[in-house]
Amino acid sequence: MSNYLSYENKVLDILSDNARLSEKQIADMIGLTEKETCDIIANLEARGIVKGYKAIIDWEKTDRSVCSARIELRVTPKSGMGFEEIADTIAQFDEVETVYLMSGGYDLALTVSAKTFKDIAMFVSHRLAPLPSVLSTATHFVLRKYKERGIISTENSDDMREDIG
Amino acid sequence: MDYSKVLSDCVVNLKPSGIRRFFDLANTMEGVISLGVGEPDFKTPYSIRRAGIESLEKGHTWYTANAGLLALREEIGKYLNRRFNLSYNPNTEILITVGGSEAIDLCTRAVINPGDEVLIPEPCFVAYEPIAKLAGAVPVPIYTRAEDDFKLMPKDLKKAITPKTKLLIFPYPANPTGAIMKKDDMEKIAEVLRDTNIIVLSDEIYAELTYEGKHTSFASIDGMRERTVVVNGFSKAYAMTGWRLGYAAGPREILSQMTKVHQFALMCAPTTSQYAAIEAMKNCDEEIERMAIQFGMRRGLIVSSLNRMGLTCANPMGAFYVFPSIKITGMTSEQFAEGLLRSKKVAVVPGNAFGESGEGFVRISYSYSIEHIIEALKRIEAYLDELGVLPKNNE
Repeated sequence: MSNYLSYENKVLDILSDNARLSEKQIADMIGLTEKETCDIIANLEARGIVKGYKAIIDWEKTDRSVCSARIELRVTPKSGMGFEEIADTIAQFDEVETVYLMSGGYDLALTVSAKTFKDIAMFVSHRLAPLPSVLSTATHFVLRKYKERGIISTENSDDMREDIG
Repeated sequence: MDYSKVLSDCVVNLKPSGIRRFFDLANTMEGVISLGVGEPDFKTPYSIRRAGIESLEKGHTWYTANAGLLALREEIGKYLNRRFNLSYNPNTEILITVGGSEAIDLCTRAVINPGDEVLIPEPCFVAYEPIAKLAGAVPVPIYTRAEDDFKLMPKDLKKAITPKTKLLIFPYPANPTGAIMKKDDMEKIAEVLRDTNIIVLSDEIYAELTYEGKHTSFASIDGMRERTVVVNGFSKAYAMTGWRLGYAAGPREILSQMTKVHQFALMCAPTTSQYAAIEAMKNCDEEIERMAIQFGMRRGLIVSSLNRMGLTCANPMGAFYVFPSIKITGMTSEQFAEGLLRSKKVAVVPGNAFGESGEGFVRISYSYSIEHIIEALKRIEAYLDELGVLPKNNE
């Protein structure tokens, strides 16, 4: 069992780093057969541990306009439900990318993105602020992303080593 | 001026590194992807870089003691004890050098008298032989073989020993073969050496890159400490090649002589690097493991793929090289490497660059990202297909 867990962990490390490798390649990397590796991945997906595979895209380098913001929300928890109900409601909006319950001066932290600054302003004033349990919102617009999901945007990945043996 | 009359015969007669010659060719071409380098692709862990920067900010820009910062020697002592069960006195038995290479040079110079013989298991790192020659020694190669997993065999060692034998180079985990010597292998070597006066230079620069089991230091074998100089450094385990920092540990009688040569030739190792290395020794055992795990996965991918293509190689147990046989192509190492470079623009190093016994093999480094390795493997496969030697059942 502990062996299985360690293989599972290796698969997770590999996938979280690069989800585009084939099962065969992953199998070679961890020293299992392709079949065993497929089973591990299927099992991780079935248990909801691996929830999806998405590319990390620097939208600023495309011609699409993207605007994002961090929003701090103070909310009233419902008796019996705590923060679950309001968090679930907010998570339904397409504009909302992440919803975290926080310790400290406010309750929920959201990451929101839309096409323009104005879209986000409209979203906050028309959709978010009017929700019955929301007490206050504080919106901080993102000016520039330096590092996202472990990848530094200003860093080039060129191999600068010299072939000297 | 007639320079042929002023230059040293010994130096003029040294052959330039076979690796160098090959890379000069590769550098004239566009779009080459290399599997050639001998250094980690990782950057030095940030906390180590930070420690170097902070030492500069504090103005630590002077020489250190000849043997190196005592604080660093103390940390190295603890590290050698923690990881390899060795015990050295930081005041008299540890010397900080400019890379592991300097330590190899110092140790060789400290023990060699002209005409002494140095035993060098081959195929091996390209520097041992010229260093021995520069010290006036006679290098004596001992061939190791793929069927023995490129281990040094006690019977071959025994055969090579003469009354003039002074030094045995013991380079495991090995560049270019990835071979390691396990504890019981070492005990058999120790048995051969026990009644001799032969000194052992144990080059353990790849110690932390051992993939199955833990590295055993030759100095930890019963009775071997008194005749062993352990050479190690920061380049491979901590991805610190550019910092040029290594060290030697051994009996004070030898180390004090090495320190003399070091003192006159170099004064001391770079101060900034030494401060950074304190952080490496103190707080970075986890970083070593993180990088070793990455290397281990790449090794799995490359070894399986090469074997499927018919470039057979044993699973290398250490370092970050595989040393596959190119027998199926019927070519020499140089023909293969040059053909692969010209046809598919992949650079690998011909095995004979590491000594005659490396003929029939090439060295492939897996010190590259998985994506880079996958692309290179695709090209190697296409090259074998072009030669018409790709096994049929290869998928």
